[in-house]
Amino acid sequence: MAERVRVNPITCEAHGMCAELLPERIALDEWGYPIVDERPLTAELVSHARRAAQACPTFALLVERERTPR
Amino acid sequence: MNTTTADPTLPGAPEDEPREEAPTLPRLLAGVPAQGAMDLQTHLQIHGEPPPARRRDRRGASALIDQVAQAGLDGRGGAGFPLATKLRSVVSGKGRPIVLVNATEGEPASLKDRTLIETLPHLVLDGAALAARAIGADEAIVCLCESAGTAFQRADQAIAERERLPGPWARIALASAPEGYVAGQESALVNHLNGGPAKPTFTPPAPYERGVRHRPTLVSNAETLAHLALIARHGARWFRQLGLDEQPGSTLITLSGPLAYPGVYEVEFGASLTSLIDAAGGTTARVRAALFGGYAGTWVDGSALARVALSGPHLAPYGATLGAGVVALLPEDACPIAEVARVTRWLAEQSAGQCGPCVHGLGALAETFEQTLRGGVQARHAAARVQQLSALVARRGACGHPDGTARFALSAVDVFAEEFADHAVHGACEACARAPELPLPARPARRSLG
Repeated sequence: MAERVRVNPITCEAHGMCAELLPERIALDEWGYPIVDERPLTAELVSHARRAAQACPTFALLVERERTPR
Repeated sequence: MNTTTADPTLPGAPEDEPREEAPTLPRLLAGVPAQGAMDLQTHLQIHGEPPPARRRDRRGASALIDQVAQAGLDGRGGAGFPLATKLRSVVSGKGRPIVLVNATEGEPASLKDRTLIETLPHLVLDGAALAARAIGADEAIVCLCESAGTAFQRADQAIAERERLPGPWARIALASAPEGYVAGQESALVNHLNGGPAKPTFTPPAPYERGVRHRPTLVSNAETLAHLALIARHGARWFRQLGLDEQPGSTLITLSGPLAYPGVYEVEFGASLTSLIDAAGGTTARVRAALFGGYAGTWVDGSALARVALSGPHLAPYGATLGAGVVALLPEDACPIAEVARVTRWLAEQSAGQCGPCVHGLGALAETFEQTLRGGVQARHAAARVQQLSALVARRGACGHPDGTARFALSAVDVFAEEFADHAVHGACEACARAPELPLPARPARRSLG
């Protein structure tokens, strides 16, 4: 099943590690907060995404399996 | 809006005259009292007894949910989510469900939920009790804004009156939420009732999965449940006799602006804006534009208003919705840029302060309008900055507040392009100093939600 990255905007404190580690999917806005491309991760990006999630000091980056809407 | 203005829903006012195009209106507002709240006895005389409990199907869901689905009742709190889908989601959750009636109405341009609770509390309480029965809940909480003192008293009295109703019915309790635009957002409300700050939470879990006291929670707007109370009595077919196939039924609209009788009206979906304005005694000044849906809504140019009808499908070509049923008319002699700047600043102050893009982005939006108001900026750059910021904040908060503010700001730059450009170059106009038209709560607007 497709995985994608998502940011918890409440816990995110704009450290910017995610954009360093996953530039293919994450850019930073003018205040340093991540702008996330939520398209499904390609197979080669999944491990980079997980590393980026682990590197986030506030654990605000999530690698999620697609959720079925209600 | 001036709340001392004659209430057009009262007997003798224009709304009471027979309307050929909608012979069965009013529904919710039938018999609305001139003063005080309708008592239980009068309520039962007008609407009949609430229907008795019916057997549940194998999944534990009641026939009422199917009725609501057939009726096509969508939420009246702003998002327009189908109520039947919500009811079914709560039923399929783990644990005993609970009903949370959202009557906080944080939208400054909306008065309809407060009007319902203050004048027709039993309609909302019926709806809450029937919804509770439909999902197998034994408790419903009606949440009001802490500043709504009269609504509180009247809801309290009405709940006491209902002990006479032959039951069993769910227990109904009252709760209050702090003032604030975002405090009434459903996850913020749930968080507040669970002892946390009245701020939105990151989802999942959504309230229908894990809400008040960690139970599956039906969070529904007060007006939505009032409609449910009538659907339970009269059925889906009756409900669909008014309105459109795609958007059936009637809805409450808070109409404000230069009108003989601004106030809360009940219209069927698809009614013309002109007919609503006529019901309000007509306009008292020329109208520059109308804001649909409230401060998270969309401006539509005055030149289009004669053709506009009140429904989602009719407003879609203008990028607008009715939201929580707000139509605010802006007179030509007001300064739209000053109005928009003031409301945008207020919206920025209403941010719960949790999400970076909202805190910084809405502040920057307000700043852009304020700079434009002072003049000496390039109109093209200022407009482009609003467009850039609107795109930048959308879908990047835990709740929809940045998206709503972006929508409001973006449509303002579009509809008021001429005035925007004029201010950018020349600064303040004569109308800038006029008393504000769009209503905002009295200061202090910002309070600690924590």
